[in-house]
Amino acid sequence: MPRWGMAVDLDRCNGCAACVVACHAENNISTVGADEAARGRAKHWLRIERYWEGEFPDARLTFRPVLCQHCDNAPCEPVCPTYASHHTEDGLNAQVYNRCIGTRYCANACPYNVRFFDFFNPSWDKPLHLQLNPDVSLREAGVMEKCTFCVQRIQAAGTQASAEEREVQDGEIQPACVQSCPSKALVFGDLDDPGSRVSQLSRSPRGSKLLEDVGTRPKITYLARQSQA
Amino acid sequence: MTHPTGSRINNDLLRPLLLTSWRFYVLVAFFGAFVAAGLIAWLSQIFFGFGISGLRWPVYWGFYVTNFVFWIGISHAGTLISAILRLVNAGWRRPVTRCAEVITVFALLIGAMFPLIHLGRPWLAFWLFPYPSERLIWPNFRSPLVWDFFAINTYLTGSILFLFLPMIPDFAVVRDRATGLRRRVYRVLALGWRGTPKQWHRLETAMQIMAIAIIPVAVSVHTIVSFDFSMAPVPMWNTTIFGPYFVAGAIFSGIAGLLIAMAALRKFLHLEEYLHPVHFENLGKLLLVMALLWGYFVFNERLVTYYGNGPAEMAVFRQTQWQSFAPLHWTMVFLNFVLPLTLMGIRKFRTIAGCVIASIGVIVGMWLERFLIIVPALGHKYLPYSYGTYRPEPVEIVITIASFAAMSLLYVLFAKFIPIISIWELKAGEHPPAPDLVPPATEEHRLGDLRL
Repeated sequence: MPRWGMAVDLDRCNGCAACVVACHAENNISTVGADEAARGRAKHWLRIERYWEGEFPDARLTFRPVLCQHCDNAPCEPVCPTYASHHTEDGLNAQVYNRCIGTRYCANACPYNVRFFDFFNPSWDKPLHLQLNPDVSLREAGVMEKCTFCVQRIQAAGTQASAEEREVQDGEIQPACVQSCPSKALVFGDLDDPGSRVSQLSRSPRGSKLLEDVGTRPKITYLARQSQA
Repeated sequence: MTHPTGSRINNDLLRPLLLTSWRFYVLVAFFGAFVAAGLIAWLSQIFFGFGISGLRWPVYWGFYVTNFVFWIGISHAGTLISAILRLVNAGWRRPVTRCAEVITVFALLIGAMFPLIHLGRPWLAFWLFPYPSERLIWPNFRSPLVWDFFAINTYLTGSILFLFLPMIPDFAVVRDRATGLRRRVYRVLALGWRGTPKQWHRLETAMQIMAIAIIPVAVSVHTIVSFDFSMAPVPMWNTTIFGPYFVAGAIFSGIAGLLIAMAALRKFLHLEEYLHPVHFENLGKLLLVMALLWGYFVFNERLVTYYGNGPAEMAVFRQTQWQSFAPLHWTMVFLNFVLPLTLMGIRKFRTIAGCVIASIGVIVGMWLERFLIIVPALGHKYLPYSYGTYRPEPVEIVITIASFAAMSLLYVLFAKFIPIISIWELKAGEHPPAPDLVPPATEEHRLGDLRL
């Protein structure tokens, strides 16, 4: 069984947010409109956190893409009363939309705030409604949704590989964010395969986990910035 | 201080049941209108979507969960207080126990509504129930919300039994004095009560068992409600103090609720000769004790956080102590600690009016306490980028007001149909007791005139 994970090279991330757009398009994340977004109802499964360091004029801008960390020890899972939030065999934090009754407890327990509640039924600003992805189910009002590591792409690659009677190759699966990143800051793959690029990067001395001391054992490794630019 | 006896008790306490004044209809219409408004608000939330509430990322719990914890807290008025007073055989408890036990049942019913109201898809709430489904999907027994389900149902069942048992002889009294349909209804409720020594003995035994059994249940219920918070790795939630802190707060707000209810009953049902100032004074002393205990817990929680100086906890701590939530926080400290300490600590102020003022303060303060536990912590969770805040929308405010109106409405209806003061227990406490009215097994009632 693979154990899917990701490495994020903060030295390469320039905060362009192409990953955010790609994520919205791939996963049928509904747009909520300017007013609702201003009220904090926007649903960015992946967001670019922007931090200023230092005082003007010596200020420096840093970015950190934050998505579901697919924790091995995920606080969102035990608190769900209906198993809507649960751990799959290949290590994903899955969210079963049809099983979710909307207690929103998982979002409270999540230290990263990467779970989003559907306050209304989904709708899209035209013409975005014409580009929905048929591989991803829509979420009705009242359920939680979150990053799936593009589970539909993982499944499709697995099916394709087994049809061709071979293993899934490293780099064959690319979640939408990884695929769209122009500076190749995001790398996805199997952490249990010691030769995969993602596990090599995860072992890098530059690597660290987000909020590691909370004890969630995330599967995303952030590679620290080295450049001073 | 005069003690009414015999048939006087029957007349006074059965009067509300047999005579209906126009005031009753006005009260029912008044509270009923608010309850109806609350129902409309809830239905429109289901119809239009949860978005009409003020919840937003990352504060996904707000008024509804505050109300849930608050009402489950109020429910500790009754059963726990009355069970303890029964067990220590406090003689003054007799006119107080039933109005307390009723609060428990109604507050639990109202509190248990809020987890449903706050669900994103409330029509699927039965997925929390452990029923055997054909797909063999059980609820997740590791989830504190499922523990809540069991805890609240156990407490509700227990407190309904605990309320109902001592009502049986009173139902028989009403049955014997009523006519027509009313007689038939109360005959069913009285469960064939004849007042034989055997029946009295069984009633006493059952009540002893319930009084002992209900105390650990009551303590566990609010501990489990506190687990909803303390089990999650959220700064200022994940702390061991929450269990006892919540239980103490629950009893505290419960006593306050009881005092307000007693004062209202005394005034509107003219029960001045049954609910004496000494009842208010004794419960006022209990309120004082709980205010001190509450203050002790808050002091502990706050000082340990401050001294420990963890960055995540301090972000929430600063919010409540001297940033955006500070006005609410210090109002809470005043209402929950300074005000009851002053009014209940100084004998001159420990009057009925003083008790009511302190109690209203405590009710508001304890509601604020629950709000301040939930919202600042969710709004300031670890990553500064995802800090957020929350502002209630009309739908939440209307439903909150409706919950208070529902409590008042249920209380008015109860006092209309059931003697709000236990007639037989009052008679059992008389000196000397009327021999034909006193149950044989109540020797200890006469022996113990313990005053708290």
